[in-house]
Amino acid sequence: MDYVKLINCMRCGMCLPVCPTYKETFLETASPRGRVALVRKVQEGDLDQSGRLLEYLSLCLDCQACASACPCGVNAGELVAEFSCERKESAGLGFMEDLILRKLVPHPDRLESSLVPMRVYQKSGLQKLVRTLGVLKMFPKPLERMEGLLPELPSRPLRQEIQEVTSAQGTERGTVGFFLGCVMSLIFSDASRATIQLLSYLGYKVITPRNQVCCGAPNMLGGDLEGLRQDARTNIDIFGGHTLDFIVTDCGGCGAELKKYGHHLDGDPAASAFSGKVRDISQILALHSDELKSRFRPLDLKVTYHDPCHIAHCQGIRKEPRDLLKLVPGLAYKEMAEADACCGSAGTYNIAKPEMSDRILKRKLDNIAASGCDVLVTSNPGCLLQLKKGLAEHLPGVRIMHLTEVLLRSINAA
Amino acid sequence: MEQSLIKDLQNIVGQQYTLTDRESLAVYGYDSTPELESLPGAVLLPGTAEEVSRIMRLCHAAGISVTPRGSGTNLSGGSLSVNRGVVVQTSRLNRLLEIDEENLTATMEPGLITSALHREVEARGLFYPPDPGSMNISTMGGNVAENSGGLRGLKYGVTADYVMGLETILADGELLRTGGKVVKDVAGYSLNPLLVSSEGTLGFFTGITVKLIPKPQGKITMLAHFPVLQDAALAVSAIIAAKVIPATLEFLDKVTIKCVEEYARVGLPLDVDAVLLIEVDGHPAVIAEEAAAVAEICTKHRCSFFQTAKDADEALKLAAARRTALSALARLKPTTILEDATVPRSCIAAMLKVIQDSARKHNVTIGTFGHAGDGNLHPTCLTDERDQDEIKRAHTAFAEIFDAAIAMGGTITGEHGVGIAKKKYLPKLVGESGIRVMRGIKQAFDPKGILNPGKVF
Repeated sequence: MDYVKLINCMRCGMCLPVCPTYKETFLETASPRGRVALVRKVQEGDLDQSGRLLEYLSLCLDCQACASACPCGVNAGELVAEFSCERKESAGLGFMEDLILRKLVPHPDRLESSLVPMRVYQKSGLQKLVRTLGVLKMFPKPLERMEGLLPELPSRPLRQEIQEVTSAQGTERGTVGFFLGCVMSLIFSDASRATIQLLSYLGYKVITPRNQVCCGAPNMLGGDLEGLRQDARTNIDIFGGHTLDFIVTDCGGCGAELKKYGHHLDGDPAASAFSGKVRDISQILALHSDELKSRFRPLDLKVTYHDPCHIAHCQGIRKEPRDLLKLVPGLAYKEMAEADACCGSAGTYNIAKPEMSDRILKRKLDNIAASGCDVLVTSNPGCLLQLKKGLAEHLPGVRIMHLTEVLLRSINAA
Repeated sequence: MEQSLIKDLQNIVGQQYTLTDRESLAVYGYDSTPELESLPGAVLLPGTAEEVSRIMRLCHAAGISVTPRGSGTNLSGGSLSVNRGVVVQTSRLNRLLEIDEENLTATMEPGLITSALHREVEARGLFYPPDPGSMNISTMGGNVAENSGGLRGLKYGVTADYVMGLETILADGELLRTGGKVVKDVAGYSLNPLLVSSEGTLGFFTGITVKLIPKPQGKITMLAHFPVLQDAALAVSAIIAAKVIPATLEFLDKVTIKCVEEYARVGLPLDVDAVLLIEVDGHPAVIAEEAAAVAEICTKHRCSFFQTAKDADEALKLAAARRTALSALARLKPTTILEDATVPRSCIAAMLKVIQDSARKHNVTIGTFGHAGDGNLHPTCLTDERDQDEIKRAHTAFAEIFDAAIAMGGTITGEHGVGIAKKKYLPKLVGESGIRVMRGIKQAFDPKGILNPGKVF
């Protein structure tokens, strides 16, 4: 932990009005400024972990809205995440976090097989039965929440289905590697299919290496920095084996992590080169907006966009998704209030901190409702899961779509 | 703090809103003031005025001090408890109670965020002008207690010019109502102005009524680049002498420009000594004339480039960027010591020279920005709290700057308040008689001295 980064916080409070947990509680301990102060006190030896320190810090979503708002360049979210990562590295994890963050998510094969029973569970009608009977109330709370979050699964993960090479349509303009996020592949495979198709339409040959591994973000959450570096090295090797113009992802979380490989493997030029090529899909599509515009057909939709934290705050991408949506003829775009505020998903936060997650989600849903949209667009699987569930329960009239699904639909519209 | 007292406090505001764990106390031991830290004995978040009154009664009887706190953006240490007393945060008392369009007033609780008030009244075609740099964070209670200024002070004045009525809980828990919705009121002493800028030492505001005015119809935002610092300062005086009163006339020096641009990326020039951010507002025909006059004066004072914001969005971005100046300066060094010495506006050029000379003489880096139009500059020393020698030199430089401000007929603080940070300079400014009268007032309001002790004098 770099002490200077902590004392750079001059406590001006610019982060307070953007912090989702401060907005809910008004507590200084639940604010970015307060969290930096707490970590600093620990470093200075004035506080230890025996009290409520970790409880307070664990309320941070690491959405990094504070980093966007901080004029002096302090990233409170990242500092807390680093601090927590160091602690978890030494202290270990709770059962659920350990299962999800260390044993399952970083390993595509295990993760994919773990969902096979879920698929059977859904298809056999067992899910309906279980939900009707409320059997889940008998299980630990986190399990009930996880079950509730899971939408209907595609028949097979995209990673097992997609061809390694999708050729360009028309004149080939370049070659991109496609980084397939775990949750995108497992649950939102239609969206990733749309992403690949859009790239192919635009003349890109798309290479989707089947042996690619997790981006490493869950390792970081789980306090396994070495595991993260290992994932990074594997992915760098795999994608390094191809000549690529860009490495594209349609998962905000993966994109943010991949862009940090250069930082994680400090001094490794291959890592910096890899990170330098990573683009969110919206960044690539925005390069070809004239061409897309000529191919878009009218969609009669009222749309608003939710900024995933990992796209807006971690990657600084706000303009591209909106500009792309506004290119679609007939599509009425309406900006919602606090569009770049977290939805409460935040990795495993919605399972670990259900009460706060629900409060943050409620505020988001209120803003979505006030926008009057009938389609909510976003581009990160965590947000998709969280908001899909929230909309189904509270705003059934609003559908949720990944950015690329909307754009592809416009191209394919009659 | 004694367990029995904590129990009594919990009975008033509830356990959930009574914070006594060491982590909570640690983070309520600071506000935005550099170098100051002092842990409270407990932090309370009352939800009603009645609860505030009961807290006061209890603390008054027990002889425990009470320090009001809004969002903790105070810049003079005013929201810190100096003797392990109770800090009372107003955040939950944040309702906008009424906008009275017939009387042009708004009434609210003290925890309402300043910019939330702006949004609500502007949606009705009305205007509440005071706009401190921290308006997205600061509370109205804090603004009243500190008599906050802001970027529009030049034309529209400061918080005190808008406060019409107050409901204040006194030290013993009694309610004091002063003023109201009447425009004229000469019954007895004018207590409102006394309470405004009292820095939490005379009472705890639970209700605030402010004056609103019609929202100006139009606004033109301009940015002038000056290769030479003094030219910018002279242009400020010339604009005012030409009988143009811009709503905003802000100054940023080279160090500040660089930091702000690095964060906000709004296209500020990195190769000039100073910029002026100027806003005129009012009737479209009038502001067109005023903008032309401003442009002419800036050109005459050798500005190298003059830009008019092309739309509301660009104007907003420029003003928002200016609001980040203080925090952005912290990009360069971990510690920023900010002052707000204020001089008669004809002395701006002379004051800037004093600041530059002091910085050079004591070998410290000072970035200056501020409300040049109303003589209120913010020289900000960029330093490192770990370098005690430099910190000492910074304070010596500031002592010189304050002396110069007083000699010019100015003041040691234009809008941040005396608090703890400027206590030692106050006698120099107001003299023995000033301190004696102030002490007398304090005695009348709070004989036991439980309200925010250790501040002002």
